[in-house]
Amino acid sequence: MKFLDAFKGLFSPGKGSDKRKNRVEQKPSGGEKSGAVRDERSFVENQHSCPSCHLHIELADLKKNLFVCPGCGHHFSVTAWERIEMLADPDSFRESDDVLETADPLAFPGYAEKLTASRQKAKMNEAIVTGVCSVNSRELALGVMSFSFMGGSMGAVVGEKIVRLCSVAVQRQIPLLLFTASGGARMQEGIISLMQMARTSHAAALLEEKGLPFFIVLTHPTTGGVTASFAMLGNVILAEPGALIGFAGPRVIESTIRQKLPEGFQRAEFQEQKGFVDRVCPRSKLRKTITLLIDAHRPYDLSRQSG
Amino acid sequence: MRGFMKNKAFEKKLKELKRLAAEEHMGVFEELSRIETKYLGNGRQGNAWERVELARNSSRPTSLDYIEMLFDDFLELKGDRSSGDDPAMIGGIGFFSGRAVTVVGHQKGRNLKENLYRNYGMANPEGYRKALRLIKEAEKFGRPVITFIDTPGAYPGLSSEERGIGEAIARNLKELSRVSVPIICIIIGEGGSGGALGIGVGDEVYMLENAVYSVITPEGCASILLRDASKAKLAAELMKMTASDLLDLGVISGIIPEGPGGAHESPEATAANIRILLERRIDYLTRRNSSRLVSDRSARLLSMGSIAGRSGEAFSILQKEKGGILNRFFGRKKR
Repeated sequence: MKFLDAFKGLFSPGKGSDKRKNRVEQKPSGGEKSGAVRDERSFVENQHSCPSCHLHIELADLKKNLFVCPGCGHHFSVTAWERIEMLADPDSFRESDDVLETADPLAFPGYAEKLTASRQKAKMNEAIVTGVCSVNSRELALGVMSFSFMGGSMGAVVGEKIVRLCSVAVQRQIPLLLFTASGGARMQEGIISLMQMARTSHAAALLEEKGLPFFIVLTHPTTGGVTASFAMLGNVILAEPGALIGFAGPRVIESTIRQKLPEGFQRAEFQEQKGFVDRVCPRSKLRKTITLLIDAHRPYDLSRQSG
Repeated sequence: MRGFMKNKAFEKKLKELKRLAAEEHMGVFEELSRIETKYLGNGRQGNAWERVELARNSSRPTSLDYIEMLFDDFLELKGDRSSGDDPAMIGGIGFFSGRAVTVVGHQKGRNLKENLYRNYGMANPEGYRKALRLIKEAEKFGRPVITFIDTPGAYPGLSSEERGIGEAIARNLKELSRVSVPIICIIIGEGGSGGALGIGVGDEVYMLENAVYSVITPEGCASILLRDASKAKLAAELMKMTASDLLDLGVISGIIPEGPGGAHESPEATAANIRILLERRIDYLTRRNSSRLVSDRSARLLSMGSIAGRSGEAFSILQKEKGGILNRFFGRKKR
């Protein structure tokens, strides 16, 4: 959130919403989309082409291709629910903790109203959806952040949901996978939001102590307090092609060093080259890669959970 | 007692009014703040912006100044054993009342020249990695750790991103949460966001009376959330970033009083207060069994945020689980 201004114009954080389905079995269709998701989709709908390479494409075909342009490989923004649908086995996702609400610790002016509006629009309780699902019949604790819910910013509830999800992974002895998308800490919760960095990082430490694998998929954009906490603590860190990943946002850096940033700076490929991302993984290969990772991190009998 | 109750009710009403005013009328808000300071101010409820200015005062003692006043035979140790040394973060070993301790801290400069060298106390990844290295060394040899926090934030530069400032801070948060020796953190000036937290995870966190600690600078908050960079004073108030605010929010363990006129006017008196606190707390924490120490730190970290708030159902949902969270990780054994 701290560096949200860097994204001004690109997105409309806070005003947005993901569409909501309580369970994945309710097929996503229509619904309210916002921010980058809405902008990109309406471009394709109106122009019948990819906003990046202008290849002729229809929305239906784009959807079949996991919202990746077949021409240039541009990865379109997707909602949290679409992500779950693309990764999890059909009907396998069970959401948890969808009733938690922040207590507005600072009584920050306008925050409660903004949250209520976001919640009503998004029909999500917070900037992350958490639950348990299976991927190719392998059980997995899954959390998906949504940038369109107040910039994916992390407040007490996002922290709480991540900590609880970690505890679910420990209790069920299953791996944990988090998709990140965030502008950072939620400023309206002040210091409490900063504490979520310590809290989620500590939960990652506990997971490690319990010997459970923790996977991260960095999606566009992941910055600020989320980058400086759990997002960088996965045993394996994957990133979607082209995703912006960094601590300080590009504009903040530009205003600090007073020069333009090089092309591709802080993109997924850059982070891979600098050694902070294990692999840039295209969406089409994600399901397969996650399956492989789950299998490779099992200390126990492979047959236990398969089939 | 009656007077106290009355005061509480007055305080509550005033808070309500301030909240309304903050949304509607800046002038009214400022007036209410003045009333609050005048009638409720017992020294703890000072104007938030004044604290911000005090915390940033360039003649406030820095980490090295306190180290000089508090520790014997301090030996600075440098470098992260990987890519370099960071002058914005200092660390080393010294003796406190005869006991060997490890000290790390952000280091600001006193003047322009020093600040150019110290990067205004804005550490790079090497700084955080050096701090972690020294704390890990302390763990190996059973030395308690004291950290001094005083930074506007981690350095938001090109090279610091290239070397993974996010990863460096994240790793510190994770590792510091499990270190088996006591860690006492003291915010001596500016506690700027993730850059402060990078060495701010410990068993007990204290703030000097005029220190501030926040997720973003008031200027940043003003320009992003209030959409007006000139509202920094208002933002400082709204963000609850003073020592007494943070004590109320349950984020810190206590406030260390400064000497007369503030730390910049009475550095020695302030250091003496820190000494009194450290003597008690180091003694107490080092006598604790290390697994108990670590599990208490764990409970403290996991409960951060659950304490949030006013009333309402949401609050109770979070609160109910408070004790339960740790059990979820460690089973239902007695705590």
